[in-house]
Amino acid sequence: MATITRKSVNVVIVGGGWAGSIMAKELTEAGQHVVMLERGAERSTAVDGAYPTSLDELEGNFRFKIFQKLQKTTVTIRNNITQTALPYRQLAAFLPGEGVGGAGLHWSGVHLRIAPDDLAMRSTVIAKYGKSFIPDGMNLQDYGVTYAELEPFFDKAEKVFGTSGEAYTVNGKIVGKGNAFAPDRSDDFPLPPLKDVTGAHLFRKAAEAVGYHPYSIPAANASRQYTNTYGAQMGPCNFCGYCSGYACYMYSKASPNVNILPALRNNPLFEIRPNATVLHVNLDSTKSRATGVTYLDDKGDKIIQPAELVILAAFQFNNVHLMLVSGIGSPYDPVANTGVVGRNFVYQNISTTTAWMDPSVYTNQFIGTGGGGVAFDDFNSENFDHGPLGFIGGSPVWVNQAGVKAIAAAKAGGPPGTPRWGSAWKSEMIDTYTHAVRMDAHGSNMAYRDVFLDLDPTWKDAFGRPLLRMTFDWKENDIRMNRYVVGKIEAVTKAMGARRTHLGMKEFGQPFDTRFYQTTHLGGGAVMGDDPKSSALNRYLQCWDVSNVFVIGSNAFPQGTGYNPTGMVAALAYWSAHHIRMTYLKNPGPLVPV
Amino acid sequence: METSKTCQNKKYISCYLTSDRKRLGFTVIIAALTCIFSCSASAENISPVAQQGEYVARAADCAACHTLPGHDQFSGGLPFDLPFGTIFSSNISPDRDHGIGRYTESQFSQAVRQGIRADGAPLYPAMPYPSYARMTDADIHALYIYFTTTVRPSPETPPASTATWPLSMRWPLHVWQAFFVPSAEQARKSTARFTEDDMLARGAYLVEGPGHCGACHTPRAMTLQEKALTAQESAVFLSGGNSVDGWTPTSLRGENRTGLGRWSEVDIVGFLRNGRTARGSVFGGMTSAIVHGTQYLNDKDLSSIAHFLKSLPACDKDQPPWQYSPTETIALHNGDTSARGARLYADRCAACHRTDGYAYPTTFPPLAGNPVVMNPAPDSLIQIVLAGSTLPAMRSSPTTFVMPGFGKTMTDQQVADVVSFIRASWGNDTGPISKENVRRLRKFQSKIISHTQIPLN
Repeated sequence: MATITRKSVNVVIVGGGWAGSIMAKELTEAGQHVVMLERGAERSTAVDGAYPTSLDELEGNFRFKIFQKLQKTTVTIRNNITQTALPYRQLAAFLPGEGVGGAGLHWSGVHLRIAPDDLAMRSTVIAKYGKSFIPDGMNLQDYGVTYAELEPFFDKAEKVFGTSGEAYTVNGKIVGKGNAFAPDRSDDFPLPPLKDVTGAHLFRKAAEAVGYHPYSIPAANASRQYTNTYGAQMGPCNFCGYCSGYACYMYSKASPNVNILPALRNNPLFEIRPNATVLHVNLDSTKSRATGVTYLDDKGDKIIQPAELVILAAFQFNNVHLMLVSGIGSPYDPVANTGVVGRNFVYQNISTTTAWMDPSVYTNQFIGTGGGGVAFDDFNSENFDHGPLGFIGGSPVWVNQAGVKAIAAAKAGGPPGTPRWGSAWKSEMIDTYTHAVRMDAHGSNMAYRDVFLDLDPTWKDAFGRPLLRMTFDWKENDIRMNRYVVGKIEAVTKAMGARRTHLGMKEFGQPFDTRFYQTTHLGGGAVMGDDPKSSALNRYLQCWDVSNVFVIGSNAFPQGTGYNPTGMVAALAYWSAHHIRMTYLKNPGPLVPV
Repeated sequence: METSKTCQNKKYISCYLTSDRKRLGFTVIIAALTCIFSCSASAENISPVAQQGEYVARAADCAACHTLPGHDQFSGGLPFDLPFGTIFSSNISPDRDHGIGRYTESQFSQAVRQGIRADGAPLYPAMPYPSYARMTDADIHALYIYFTTTVRPSPETPPASTATWPLSMRWPLHVWQAFFVPSAEQARKSTARFTEDDMLARGAYLVEGPGHCGACHTPRAMTLQEKALTAQESAVFLSGGNSVDGWTPTSLRGENRTGLGRWSEVDIVGFLRNGRTARGSVFGGMTSAIVHGTQYLNDKDLSSIAHFLKSLPACDKDQPPWQYSPTETIALHNGDTSARGARLYADRCAACHRTDGYAYPTTFPPLAGNPVVMNPAPDSLIQIVLAGSTLPAMRSSPTTFVMPGFGKTMTDQQVADVVSFIRASWGNDTGPISKENVRRLRKFQSKIISHTQIPLN
């Protein structure tokens, strides 16, 4: 194993997913020589999305072909500070990606903007309900950036992703039947919305009848073929249902691989190095300036890559881990309530409700689109009065039928209480797969003083670094929110004419269980904000302490939202890149005075 | 006027001429894929003449045969499998010992335009010098300056020809040349025949000269010469060529069904620049011609080529105009898959090409009304079904699309069934094929499938 120092470059980007690819595109446009380091392998639609062999549920969703391999590094998990954390050895609760494209290759495609109130949740709650409304131990914060500031970057990202959707207002004018709670847009979606599958259609009609405001979920699954702003082309989605966990063989699900990297690969200013595991960011002796990164290549050589600017664009918790092992920013200590790196670690609060329709209604759950469906936002964000309810946060509710495949259908079986085998299981499973509609309350999860990330004192990864430790559990505020919103679904399933409904909701006292898939929407841990005492990054996602390190990803969310994170991550990446291009490159240094 | 008997597309050509021009196998496509990013000589600090020469080299598509992936630019080595052995394209970099570094300009001109090496030996007509004979002195000069001052000398030596005596003797080629290669002067005169229409003149020059389109798209005689080298000689010019490695070049003339009759000039320009249009996408041997060549040509030249091609009337004038027929679409929509190959089509093809055969151009090419599909020779269609196809990234369209091959998962009979369905549906009127048609083409598959370069998107 040799140690080799490579020629210095302008920018080194850690991670080949959405955030890294957006930053690479933006910074090469600004004339910067960019090297992107990706710990996983190259990915290709021709191989990973080969038709028809890639349509293999066992390989994709159960053997996790394009997800992270946990043999070399993982995280440890515990529910609370009194427990000893143990390593997450099998993928289950959340599924980080690996390889070029990252989670952006295996995602589903839900591509939402953010609710403006979510960006200023602390200020909004205090203004509406008073400071005492915030429960003890909840670290409610503002992002430090407004929707108006981010809007051009949401717009830019949608045009790159080829997002299908229907607007409500454009430049203040009502233009369609989009989400009535959505903030104003400067332009329409680049593509019309995807068509409703049967379940979504029934849900839309029923939600409308009940008085809610259903809309088509904006989806980065192209409803038509599309050529994006970079000249990259997408095929049209054919509702095959192989989105989440797969490289799309139709080229219709947006991914860095399909939508951005084709426009970068022939650029002499851009170089991507797969199979490069970054071990740490190198700092100079003052610890206030990064000199580059050190990584292991596929031969096992240790490579020092000097750079003027370091962009951490790995998965949420890998960004936090890299900051901690590199000594960037002060580590969070929940007992002393000091430090910022690892603080405000959040998840998402999801539960699924099932409605069984009349046997004459076939819901064809095997078809679907990862991002498509119908949602209503009447109980999301600050769209409803929380005063009498006494909790903070909310959930959109939706039918997001992403294609239920054979094994998943068999595992899901029938309604709770059905036997796990035998003829009763079989008939209930068939009934459910054929006639049921599934809908999710896709809720927010707030940040708490005793929910955090730090370095594990015991467990190390294959490279000798301490593993990242998650301390996480569900909290009463979030469970109450979930139960309230799920309760609102019953009226909808009734209006749908369901013959049976199972309302899936969180139970008090039921701890976070890592054995069951919930969502990969992890957030926080290195959050953005206006105050260096409560945020690791300033509003441009620049490290307060090391100004030539920017950290892009959902790690920047101060608390969870009801929405899927990718839309916000992409907008933040374009926002940060814009300010690096406009200001930082001309005059490197802190973009916000400390 | 030639009768329709000689229009290449009129009847199925069963003999495979392996001794003409390029071995346009997958190697070339892969060469194209890898070279698109590495082979473009940088235009910094090179003289305007050399820049012009680089442009001419692209118009003449030199790289397709003389640059191999993983090798130095223009260092040669592309194999041509001929009945008497394998020959290899030569190193044309300016290396003094291994390339053309010792060539004077007149020797260079002699080689390019007349097929005579500096030592006086004749070149195999795999090199399209009967077309290059038409190139102007100015272009030849620019090309010479480019090759000698800008291209980096490479010491790579292509493998020696495997032809053994007496078939390795080159002197009989002199006789062939005497019969079939026009003198440079005569050739230039015949191509420079348009005096009033600048675009026609330029288009004819590019197509008949450096572009050497006829090398593939004009049928060849038993003695292997192209049956016509210019449009004015005969309507067989560009009326569709003999199969090369199992690919059948289509007619570039005005046939409604099998030629460019329904293509507009805009379609042709888009095709030559991006390899993808509403009418179809590039595949097979033409891929390298676009990757190395036409995508670099300027708007005016591409428009001139399109203008010239659109001036060529149909050779086969008897084709009833293609008109879309929804019969098969309606049947498939009704779940009726009783037609031969219909079920296979619905299962394997319709996801991208749709049940109505219109597909999603320019992402996935249409099958309804596509001249390649209606070519009497089913070879190209069979090959694509067996091996798949890669539409590579171009400068102005960075996306690579890959169609998977079905050679491993479908039997000869199944391929024959589905190809027959495609050829007979949506107004396409071409006859059914048998599994023997498919079996014969399997021999090319090893070459096509054994690729290592994978498009990365």
